[in-house]
Amino acid sequence: MSKAFLSIEHVGVSFARGSNTAEVLRDLNLQVNEGQFVSIIGHSGCGKSTLLNVVAGLVPVTTGAVILDRVAVEEPGPERAVVFQNHSLLPWLSVYENVSLAVNKVFRGKKTRAQRHDWVMHNLALVQMTHAAQKRPSEISGGMKQRVGIARALAMEPKVLLLDEPFGALDALTRAHLQDSVMEIHAKLRNTVLMITHDVDEAVLLSDRVVMMTNGPAAGIGEVLEVGLSRPRRRIEAHSHPAYVAARHAVIGFLYARSPAARTAA
Amino acid sequence: MSLPASQLTPALAVEAPQDAAVVLMPRDGRASALSHLGRMGRGLAELTLPPIVVLGLILGIWQLIDADGAGVPAPLTIWRDSHDLIVHPFFDHGGTDKGLFWHVATSLSRVGFGFSLAAVVGIGLGVLIGASKWAHRGLDPIFQVLRTVPPLAWLPISLAAFHQAQPSALFVIFITSIWPVIINTAVGVRNIPEDYTNVSRVLRLSPLEHFWKVLLPATTPYIFTGLRIGVGMSWLAIIASEMLLGGVGVGFFIWDQYNSSRISDIVVALVWVGLVGFALDRAVALLGRFVSRGTALG
Repeated sequence: MSKAFLSIEHVGVSFARGSNTAEVLRDLNLQVNEGQFVSIIGHSGCGKSTLLNVVAGLVPVTTGAVILDRVAVEEPGPERAVVFQNHSLLPWLSVYENVSLAVNKVFRGKKTRAQRHDWVMHNLALVQMTHAAQKRPSEISGGMKQRVGIARALAMEPKVLLLDEPFGALDALTRAHLQDSVMEIHAKLRNTVLMITHDVDEAVLLSDRVVMMTNGPAAGIGEVLEVGLSRPRRRIEAHSHPAYVAARHAVIGFLYARSPAARTAA
Repeated sequence: MSLPASQLTPALAVEAPQDAAVVLMPRDGRASALSHLGRMGRGLAELTLPPIVVLGLILGIWQLIDADGAGVPAPLTIWRDSHDLIVHPFFDHGGTDKGLFWHVATSLSRVGFGFSLAAVVGIGLGVLIGASKWAHRGLDPIFQVLRTVPPLAWLPISLAAFHQAQPSALFVIFITSIWPVIINTAVGVRNIPEDYTNVSRVLRLSPLEHFWKVLLPATTPYIFTGLRIGVGMSWLAIIASEMLLGGVGVGFFIWDQYNSSRISDIVVALVWVGLVGFALDRAVALLGRFVSRGTALG
């Protein structure tokens, strides 16, 4: 059996607090091929962020394993760079320094000082943030901070890029701009991306596959939907495309069937 | 304060009506500079005038009700009695007969040394307690008890240990000012946002890199809160311990003047103590704001 690039195998996660044990994930399996963009969608509290943190290595698995490029994930590392929900730039460093902290850590000894500088600037250019290189995070907008967060993650040249609701805190217009940027970058770099979201349109527009999670506790994967839209995708045209409409309909149907409102009605 | 500008306008405009636009430019500049100066002046007055007025009132009332000068002397009596002490802070007749500046400088140098030591050790212990659950469980209860011991209660024990005034005074400063530094640093370390720690973990920063690049900058505002409380407490402790230890120092000076019944000199010394304490507090606060700029925002 040929293994996928990123393989989540029989993963279960439980948190023990005193004598109480909360089972968050149970026997979860997911295979992601290299270069694929996969979104994970589900209701709040279903454990999708936990799943991402497991892949990142920030949360240890209780059962099962995560295997990336034939190596089991045991701790966090730059080959699984995370773009956190609230940007988590270090506020005492400038935009440039935030990215160069990552670059210097990952490429020390592999690139010369000048090459590292060029690499920082190259990644800032990818997210169109070179103009604010010397600014502090407190001096730029929320959308810009998230761009820098993406640049920092990309600069680590990760095998898989993990996005944890990266646009959740942004207004609709800024979010659309950033989604377009992420699509462009993905088209250019063909990197493997795992994204957590609760925005149906975002999931369908950006992803090759949408993974829908069941509600917790002991959440698992409910359905996996292939989005049959060709790339490059354009926001306006995609919205009226039959494949888009069908995918969107399927995801909303899945989520609504599992919403608390639907369950009390049934 | 913008009044002069509006009065100037018609007068100058009459003189040069043909190129009013050209003339207007520098005049506007001067007017805005004037009003800017005016705003600054008003701001300064708002800041300094009320305390001066209130101080004058207090001194006036004090003078009125304390005219006979029994016990504590009235302001004018103090001015008469301690005139030399007030206007010549820098004299030095050898021994302990020195101007107040030298006494304050000696006290300050003790505080500087003892407090610096407390800052370094306190930040170190605070990081340990904040970062390690076991250190927290073991040390925190002990520290919580020790920090309530008043500064002077440490004096006999430190005298017994060091046999000399100077190290004893330093120890009292150290032991008084270290607790707020430890406790605030520990709280700061425990309150580092998980996001920053996660960034550090994803980047696989070494413990040393994590300390310098994430932990210390993230904790800086807390550390300076502790330092600010600590420097105030050490200034409290130095005066009291110098009274008992003797030698040079503003605490000893106060006690010495009491013994020779020069109450006016004590009042002058108290003003010095208050002003220096205020300056210390502000200096640490300012340093903190400078060092942690950007950290509080974000």
